[in-house]
Amino acid sequence: MFDRRLIENFDWGFLTVISAIGCLGLVVLYSASSAGQEAGIVSVLFKKQMVWMGAGFIMMMILTIVDYRELDKLHLFLYAFCAGLLVVVLIFGQIGGGSRRWLALGFIRIQPSELMKIALIISLASAYSTSVSQTGINFRKLIKPAFLCLIPFALIVDQPDLGTAMLLVLIAGSITLFVKVERKVFFTLFIAGLSAVPLFWFMLKDYQKDRILTFLNPDRDPLGAGYHIIQSKIAIGSGMLTGKGFLKGTQNALSFLPEQHTDFIVSVLAEEWGLLGVSVLLTFYLILLLWGLNIAYNCRNMFGSILAFGITAMIFWQIFINTGMVMGLMPVVGVPLPLISYGGSSVITNMVGFGILLNISMRKFSSH
Amino acid sequence: MTEFGKNPDREWLKQRIIGVSVCIIFAFSVLFLRFIYLQIIKGEEFRILSEKNAVRLTGIKAPRGLILDRNRKLLVDNRPSFNLKIMIEDAGDLQETMRKVSQMMEMPFEDLMKKISDAGQGAFYKPVVLQEDISRDHLAIIEAHKFDLPGVFIDIEPTRHYIHNKTASHLLGYLGEVNNDELLGGKYPNVKTGDSIGRYGVEKSFETYLQGKRGGRQIEVDANGRTINVLKTVEPITGFDLKLTIDLDLQQIAEKMLQDKHGAVVALDPNTGDVLVMASAPSFDQNDFVGGINSKKWKALMTDRGKPMTNKAIQGEYPPASTYKIITSMAALEEKAVDIHTTFFCPGFFKYGNRVYRCWNKNGHGNVSIVEAVTQSCDVFYYQAGDKVGVDALAKYAMGSGLGKKTGILLEDEKKGLIPTSAWKKKRFNESWHRGETLSIAIGQGYDLVTPLQMAVFIGAVGNGGTLYKPRIVSTIEGSQGNIIKEIPIEVSGKLPAGSKTLEILQKGLLDVVETDRGTAKRIRLKHVKIAGKTGTAQVFSVKSGDKLKTEHLDFYLRDHAWFICYAPAENPVIAVSVLIEHGAHGSTAAAPIAAALIGQYIHDPSAELIETNVSEEESETE
Repeated sequence: MFDRRLIENFDWGFLTVISAIGCLGLVVLYSASSAGQEAGIVSVLFKKQMVWMGAGFIMMMILTIVDYRELDKLHLFLYAFCAGLLVVVLIFGQIGGGSRRWLALGFIRIQPSELMKIALIISLASAYSTSVSQTGINFRKLIKPAFLCLIPFALIVDQPDLGTAMLLVLIAGSITLFVKVERKVFFTLFIAGLSAVPLFWFMLKDYQKDRILTFLNPDRDPLGAGYHIIQSKIAIGSGMLTGKGFLKGTQNALSFLPEQHTDFIVSVLAEEWGLLGVSVLLTFYLILLLWGLNIAYNCRNMFGSILAFGITAMIFWQIFINTGMVMGLMPVVGVPLPLISYGGSSVITNMVGFGILLNISMRKFSSH
Repeated sequence: MTEFGKNPDREWLKQRIIGVSVCIIFAFSVLFLRFIYLQIIKGEEFRILSEKNAVRLTGIKAPRGLILDRNRKLLVDNRPSFNLKIMIEDAGDLQETMRKVSQMMEMPFEDLMKKISDAGQGAFYKPVVLQEDISRDHLAIIEAHKFDLPGVFIDIEPTRHYIHNKTASHLLGYLGEVNNDELLGGKYPNVKTGDSIGRYGVEKSFETYLQGKRGGRQIEVDANGRTINVLKTVEPITGFDLKLTIDLDLQQIAEKMLQDKHGAVVALDPNTGDVLVMASAPSFDQNDFVGGINSKKWKALMTDRGKPMTNKAIQGEYPPASTYKIITSMAALEEKAVDIHTTFFCPGFFKYGNRVYRCWNKNGHGNVSIVEAVTQSCDVFYYQAGDKVGVDALAKYAMGSGLGKKTGILLEDEKKGLIPTSAWKKKRFNESWHRGETLSIAIGQGYDLVTPLQMAVFIGAVGNGGTLYKPRIVSTIEGSQGNIIKEIPIEVSGKLPAGSKTLEILQKGLLDVVETDRGTAKRIRLKHVKIAGKTGTAQVFSVKSGDKLKTEHLDFYLRDHAWFICYAPAENPVIAVSVLIEHGAHGSTAAAPIAAALIGQYIHDPSAELIETNVSEEESETE
């Protein structure tokens, strides 16, 4: 069953890019997690992240074994399973940072909304793969994808986790635009969306409006998000061209940066390695994304192409939102930076995504 | 419309992929340009800001809510306090600076350094409080030398102020600095290190309403840490005000009468359960706790034999003594062990088995009916009535009257007392109940324990026709504009297990306690207001029969406790009072006059002022 051609076709280049970013991530995390600690002691966070990275890597490799086209058959099951977990988390989930996001499973905590991203991409790829056409998708064929998207969106907004919910919409929207909709569908949806905003707004309670306004404009919360953005901008800016040097970032060391090991990790990189470090990271990311698109292009199967694109879109939006946020270009939301930020659920989700991309890549010549 | 089937059209796909690639490259250009803007164009500026850590947050404490009495008289408010603080990172030569502060403040250098080391290392750029509430003189010195003291500054913050010193201390409570466990516990999400939270009394039970919400400022500082620019301000939100059910005037009268005594006074509105007075003596000064109590004062409070830190109204558990005879009467009537005509003969003692149980009046009361038994508090009547009813039936009526369980008042650590049953004794001591013990229970001297608050609720219910109320101390919670945030409802907690006939008999007996010359509390009779009540004297130390010691020869802490519980006016009560004086010896002389004084004030009967409080024992003929 296991074809020798598969090993010959293994995408070593893509694996190299992933590994390079992963190593860069660990270097930055080492610095970020040593803030406020005695010199020379490797922090627990760093060690945990190493474990997650290792586990993620193994998972990624396992995912290349079985043909990705099996996912097409399993998509409804995967989707239902993740949606079920989201319901469970709303009822039994652990509260952290004001929302109910985590499920405690023995010694680990998982965040079902992360897994949902992958399940949604698979389901959308499956739904669209049979309905793509030269002129674009019509209304009738958008009904199923719309429902697929709406259910997890509602469940995640309810946690509430506005960042992940927004990410879900962006990923689904990207895939839909990628497969192309009919022109009239596009404009109708656009206008309908715009007119729904005020209606939606009036249904919200005051504290919910407040939360969204602060999300869009951090300056409304000068003691929280607004302050974090200022400190983050100072950290990034003070890195200048060449940075202050490894472990020498003062904004980082004095804990002026919030969550410096998760959401604000780019600020640590920018402070210590300057614009040069940032350029290296952005270049690697750009290569990663274009590589992902290339995998989508080379795939001879519609499901595989859309799936590869969807995962690339997921990675892109995380990079764009996170980096934009720490520089004050985007709302302040908890979207981690792929392969760099600390966090088990994020590492595993992205590694699963990369596993699927590798899987598609190595089977590009075997079309059914 | 052409569909592609399973395999994508190459040309179509190529066109889509190129489109997406352009979008991604564009997005990355935006990010890259933003990095160039921040790091190259504004880089120098941000480098300077980062080197002096120039942009910081400072907190603004929220003023706590006010506490008012039922007539909106102010009990607790806030006053400004000048707090001396230091930002260690700005201090330069810390030792040198601290030496100067030590001289100016006349504080030992070591104490100052200890405060700094106690504050912990991990907290960067968090000011450390050196001394709260410094005097005007010290303030002037520090202000005059502020340029020699880098990092040192004065924060003007609201601090708690208890207007009437030592008034209602146990009820109002006090504040204390929040500790680490509480910060991590998540119960108070808005509280930060260094904040004070309620530690006792309503300050504690209503903490979440009183505390308000912190504000803060984003500031820019110069190289010495002095604010040069306030960037943004979030105003703090003042906490909600509490309107208590307490009557300040009445409370002060009760406390004045408790002066130099140990004990508790509770007064309630028997028609609502509103607590009008809750006093406990000896008391403490809440203002000592503002800004942290010193260890010497704390130790003195903790070792005082009078237990000033205990709210005896809800935490003091005492044998109910003769006040319990109301329960025994109720049980005997309801269980049909006696009726209004039943009489027992009292020769001054009661022989039971081979033991002799004495009546407090060794001359005996003669033939006694139930009304007379209440009035004269005849022990012999109750020995016999109690024996007929039995311990478990007595317990049933006691529990039904709210004894042996918490009243549910919104104050911490209320005690529930103890109502023994035969099952309880079996479990506790693994011994069977002896019928002889029931005789002690019947006159309230056995294992029974009650709190003054429980007795106030109970006697109020006897007066109002049988309704037990949950005592209420806060009636409304208000915003600072007087808008009502929450109303605490009046709650009925139960009904006395007694019919109206039984209650009428009890009410008659209780009225006669004060209003007839045979009554044990006849000396507190008022001119215009009729009081119905019951005295009690609880043994602390049993004196062997025969060698009866005079009270004044007994060590203070071995003397009997004095009870008086009552309601007034008897025909339509508006106030119920429960007084317990520890080691006060006699209910009629030590406890009853306090109740009379409160009633006289509350219902405006000036004759109350004529009652003498300290009657010598020779004159007093009580149980």
